[in-house]
Amino acid sequence: MKYTKYVASAAGLLGLGALLVACSPAEPKLESGYDFATPETQAMQDDDFSNPGFMWVDIGAEEWATVDGEAGKSCESCHGDLSTMKGVTTSYPKYNADDKKMRALQHQINNCRTEQMKAKAWKWESDQMLGMSAIIKNQSKGMPLNVSIKGEAAPFYEKGKEFYFQRRGTLDMACKHCHIDYPGVKIRAEVLSNGLPNGFPTYRLKWQKLGSLHRRFRGCNSNIRAEPYERGSEEYTNLELFLTHRANGVAVESPSVRK
Amino acid sequence: MTYRTILSTLVGAVLCGALITSANASEYMIVDGTIPASLTGKPGDPDAGKQTAIHRQKGNCLACHVMPVPEEQFHGEIGPDLSDVGSNYSEAELRLRLVDPKALNPDTIMPAFLKVPTSEVHKKFKGKTILSAQEVEDIVAYLMTLKGSYSQ
Ligand code: HEC
Ligand code: HEC
Repeated sequence: MKYTKYVASAAGLLGLGALLVACSPAEPKLESGYDFATPETQAMQDDDFSNPGFMWVDIGAEEWATVDGEAGKSCESCHGDLSTMKGVTTSYPKYNADDKKMRALQHQINNCRTEQMKAKAWKWESDQMLGMSAIIKNQSKGMPLNVSIKGEAAPFYEKGKEFYFQRRGTLDMACKHCHIDYPGVKIRAEVLSNGLPNGFPTYRLKWQKLGSLHRRFRGCNSNIRAEPYERGSEEYTNLELFLTHRANGVAVESPSVRK
Repeated sequence: MTYRTILSTLVGAVLCGALITSANASEYMIVDGTIPASLTGKPGDPDAGKQTAIHRQKGNCLACHVMPVPEEQFHGEIGPDLSDVGSNYSEAELRLRLVDPKALNPDTIMPAFLKVPTSEVHKKFKGKTILSAQEVEDIVAYLMTLKGSYSQ
C-alpha cells in the first residue's frame, strides 16, 4: 500500500515513467524485532553489562580457548583469535558439499568438534552451544545479514519458503499469517514483529535463558498446536535459510533481549 | 460471489447449498454466506458463550479482538472490534464466521472453530475441533448481545 503511494508520488514529482519504477520494486526493508520491543527491553539489550545474554557469551569465550577431544585442540588452535570470526555468520545457513545440504552455524560448530577436534558434539540447546553461537555471531554485530540462495542453496530455500507459507496445526495458521500480515499489531499482550532471526540466540525474559532460533520455531509451532520439529532438523534449517534471506540487510544483534 | 466460491470448492454441492459434516458429526448447510440452521437444535447460552469466548484454551477471541470485557486486560487488535457485532450481523452470518471463516476469506488468519484441521496437527490435538457445536451456538448467542460501543 505504502509502496504504491510512493511510486505514484515519485512518478509525479520526478516525472519518471511510473512503469519504469514499478518494474524494479525494491522490497521494503524489514525491521528487527528490536524495533517492536519496549524501551525497557531495548535498554537491556543495548548495554552489554545489563544484557543477560552475555553470561552465555562468557561461556563461549572460555570454550573457544578450551582444548577438548582426542585431537588435543581448541577452536583457537585452528582459528586463532575470535576476531577472525567477524562477518562469518552473516552468510549462514550455508550449503555444504559434503553434507549435500545446508549447515546452520550450530552444525558447523559441531562438525569442527567431531571432525577436527575429535570431541563430542554439543546438544543444540546446551549452554556451550548457545554460548559459542552467541559469541561467534556477536563478532558480526551490526553487520547486515547476507545469505545466498543461489545455485545449490536454491532448492533448500524453496523448501523453507514452502514451510513458511503452509498452514498447520489446530489453529491452521502459517508463519506468514502472523509475521507478514500483522507486524506491529497486538496479539493479546504481545506486539507481532516481522519474526526475523537476526537477534538469535536471544535472551527471552519468558525463558529466563538464552535460546536458539529453532527453539523459537518450536514455540511458534506449538502455540498454534502444530507438531514441532527437532532443533537442527532439515525442516528448521531450511526455514532458517528462508527467514535469513528475508532478513538480508538487517543487522546482526546477537545476543538480543526479547520479552 | 462468495456463494459461488463456496459451491465450487465443496464436494457434494447441491443447488441451494452444501451439506458439510464436521468432527462431532454435526451437519450444516452453507447458504449465501450464512449457516441458517442451529448446529444443535438447542438454543445458545450467552453467559456460557462469553466464558468460552474468553477462555484461552477455547475461543481465545481476545487474542485478536477487542470485546466489551473490562475484567480482562490486553485485548488483541488483529481482527475488527466486536463490541457492536450483534448490530451488524445476523445469527446465521455469525455462525458461519465461527464454524469456518475461510469459507468467506480463504487467506484469513482467523481459525475455523468447528472444522477438523489436517495439517501437521500436534499429537495431543489430532482429530479435534477447537470448539464443540454447542460451544459455537453459545458464542453466537453471546455475540448477538453485543450492541454498543466499548473502549478498552
Ligand atoms: C499465532 C501467531 C504466530 C504464528 C503463526 C507464528 N508466530 Fe512467530 N511469533 C509470534 C509472537 C507473538 C512472537 C513474539 C513477538 C514477535 O517478535 O513477533 C513471535 C516471534 C517470532 C520470532 C522472534 C523474533 C525476534 O525478533 O525475536 C521468530 C524468529 C518467529 N516468531 C518466527 C516464526 C516462524 C518461522 C513461524 C512459523 C513456523 C512463526 N513465527 C509463526 C506469533 C506467531
Ligand atoms: C488469530 C486471530 C483471530 C482469532 C483468534 C479470532 N478472530 Fe475473529 N477475526 C479475525 C480477523 C483477522 C477478522 C477479519 C475478517 C477476516 O480476516 O476474514 C475476524 C473477523 C471476525 C468477525 C467478523 C467481524 C466483522 O466486523 O466483520 C467475527 C464475528 C469474529 N471474527 C468473531 C470471533 C470470535 C467470536 C472469536 C473467538 C471464538 C474469534 N473471532 C477469534 C481474527 C481472529
